[in-house]
Amino acid sequence: MPDGPAPADEYRSGLLDRHLAFIEALRGAGLSVSLAEDIDSVAALSVLPWGERATVRDAFAATLLKKQSHRTTFDALFDVYFPPMVGDGVGRDGGEESGEDGAAGQVRDNAAALQDFRDRLAEAMEAGEYDEQQMRQMAAEMMARFGAMPGRGPGLSSWSAYTALQRVAPHELTDRIIEALLAGGMDEGEANRAAARRVGGLTRMVEDDARRRIAEEKGPDHVADVTVRPSIDKIAFTSARRADLEEMRRQIFPLARRLATRLAKEQHARRRGPLDFRRTVRASMATGGVPLTTHHRPKRPHRTDLVVLCDVSGSVANFAQFTLLFVFALREVFQSMRAFTFIDHVHEVTPYFRPGADPADVLTDLAASTSHAALWGRTNYGRAFTKFDEEYADALGPKTTLLILGDGRSNYSDLHTDVLRRMAGSVRHSWWLNPEHERNWGTGDSAAPTYGQIVDMIECRNLEQLEDFVHRIIGPPTR
Amino acid sequence: MTWFDSPADAAARLNATGYLTDHATATTAFLAGALEKPLLLEGPAGVGKTELAKAVSRATGADLVRLQCYEGLDEARALYEWNYKKQLLRIQAEPKGADAPDWGRTHDDIFAEEFLLTRPLLTAIRREEPTVLLIDEVDKTDIEVEGLLLEVLSDFQVTIPELGTVAATRRPFVVLTSNASRELSEAVKRRCLYLHLDYPDAAREREILHSQVPGIDDRVAEQLVATVGRLRDMDLKKAPSIAESVDWARTLIALEIRDLDEKAITDTLGVVLKHASDHERAIRELKIGRSIPGSR
Repeated sequence: MPDGPAPADEYRSGLLDRHLAFIEALRGAGLSVSLAEDIDSVAALSVLPWGERATVRDAFAATLLKKQSHRTTFDALFDVYFPPMVGDGVGRDGGEESGEDGAAGQVRDNAAALQDFRDRLAEAMEAGEYDEQQMRQMAAEMMARFGAMPGRGPGLSSWSAYTALQRVAPHELTDRIIEALLAGGMDEGEANRAAARRVGGLTRMVEDDARRRIAEEKGPDHVADVTVRPSIDKIAFTSARRADLEEMRRQIFPLARRLATRLAKEQHARRRGPLDFRRTVRASMATGGVPLTTHHRPKRPHRTDLVVLCDVSGSVANFAQFTLLFVFALREVFQSMRAFTFIDHVHEVTPYFRPGADPADVLTDLAASTSHAALWGRTNYGRAFTKFDEEYADALGPKTTLLILGDGRSNYSDLHTDVLRRMAGSVRHSWWLNPEHERNWGTGDSAAPTYGQIVDMIECRNLEQLEDFVHRIIGPPTR
Repeated sequence: MTWFDSPADAAARLNATGYLTDHATATTAFLAGALEKPLLLEGPAGVGKTELAKAVSRATGADLVRLQCYEGLDEARALYEWNYKKQLLRIQAEPKGADAPDWGRTHDDIFAEEFLLTRPLLTAIRREEPTVLLIDEVDKTDIEVEGLLLEVLSDFQVTIPELGTVAATRRPFVVLTSNASRELSEAVKRRCLYLHLDYPDAAREREILHSQVPGIDDRVAEQLVATVGRLRDMDLKKAPSIAESVDWARTLIALEIRDLDEKAITDTLGVVLKHASDHERAIRELKIGRSIPGSR
């Protein structure tokens, strides 16, 4: 920014302020937008026409967004700072109500109005060709009529997507839409899918619209702070919603593949072994006997045996599944791998991870096998360790890396630290991944500090930390 | 030279070469030309990343210089190399004895333009004619090569210690493609415009099929696009790409299949799905015909 005197207030259009606030919000949401990129985005806008919102969005996306996983965050923030419409939009129904505000607001929301709106909504959603623009209008209208809530103070109002969706209940229209689509000549599966997609789309639009309206009233910065969710690799396992879990599961394999490529590459770089004299001399023939390039023998890569011991009780089930899947997706970088699950009893799950198996099937099998890991169903780390030591002690050896997954909440039972100490002593290295925030270790029935003295305990709350950790244990030694 | 006049112009000219763009692609391609910044394309395999670079070169009449990246690519293959065999010859051909020239002169001689072998990056920068520089699969290289790219991407110049700095006479249109098999460094990303190419929506994919596979039946195209769309919604190891749906369309034409029914799908599924477990899953889910609610 130039150092000169700030332009007088009346000449400011607010455009730059809005732009800067948007950039700040992006940074706040975890996108690392540099000054250079900020300048690029302004340069991009200066060569483009501003007539269309999509063009502006694409220009911002091209210059500011450098990671696809940030796309949802970016879109949400863009909608907040550069909303597609203001208030109820231009296409307000009929226009006869637009004159009066307070009184009309009451009339616009009653049982008859609700029924009427649902009919019109169903009609729009039944149409053979799906008109996105029209749906967006409908979503805005739905919000205006049925999503208003009294605000915190007099004269203030607020908006709730939840209220609007509950009252209009678009998912109850699904059957009606399917019927109409079937009549329109679609086959059944296709109609089902189309209907689900349309209802889902409307739900999303209504949520967007609520965000937009709240942003209008409270200022975009407020919304940016509150409603925009972090990107998928930063969401904690323990607080993830169903949709997030689904998305995480899709991310596991690409993530593992990426990590495997990275590891293979790093190993490759360190593979330069002793000089291969024969090849070097042969190659020097081409340069008149001067050995310009040297050739080396490859080094044997070192591989690890991994044993995973995994708490699958309800509180950490998601975390356990993801970590198991992730580690098994990386199986080719390990020499061998065995996995055990426990609650208060130990059960070996290695056979479920067949090479090339479908991850969804594996998860189903794992969930079904949870009952084998429990006798009474209350997490008991001490008992689980003792059982493991009795039955599977042969799994641990001097080349093994032991990985324990769990929150260390053992219902105040005997911790059997001596058994764990013996286990940790018999392996090359042992790690403990804890899905809880480090500040919660040791609160309540958490035995994290006690166990943490025996094995290295590491906080692992989201995919990002998980990837970091795996890279650390199998990557090159940092020393 | 301006590459494109406006986003609309970019869209029209790219479409004319047979590359159907969407709004974001056209806008970003225009911006890459207007701001003279490199364009980083990411996305799954087979969505037309490399093809976009070729289309830009066709649409603007520029020549394409291509640097295919691979593991172990180094400066000598990417930037420039001294032709040491020729340099050795030159030294050995020196007259010996009293009239031998002093070392200083020989030194200057052997590090002259004549002994320089230019590789794609330097070639693209030194060209006088409009050039599209395609740096393909940049994620396959080692981190060090990225460092090498930085000077080229930000200032369009290459520093050769013996010769000095070679700056671009005319800035090339640079396209980098990546499958995101590893995260590129922030420094590279900062210098580029970014575009994520994804699978197209049904309408655009149908258009692409029609333009790539002339003679495909309207109905078959529609069935094919719908099926491919469903396959992409499933949890597959490798979702079918555009290139694969084009292949599929060609297969259907070659086999003279006019109707993509269940039998036809099972017979030809190998064209689009290349993992055994994907096959099983696809057959299971397509046959049952039960809907999997869109979970997104």
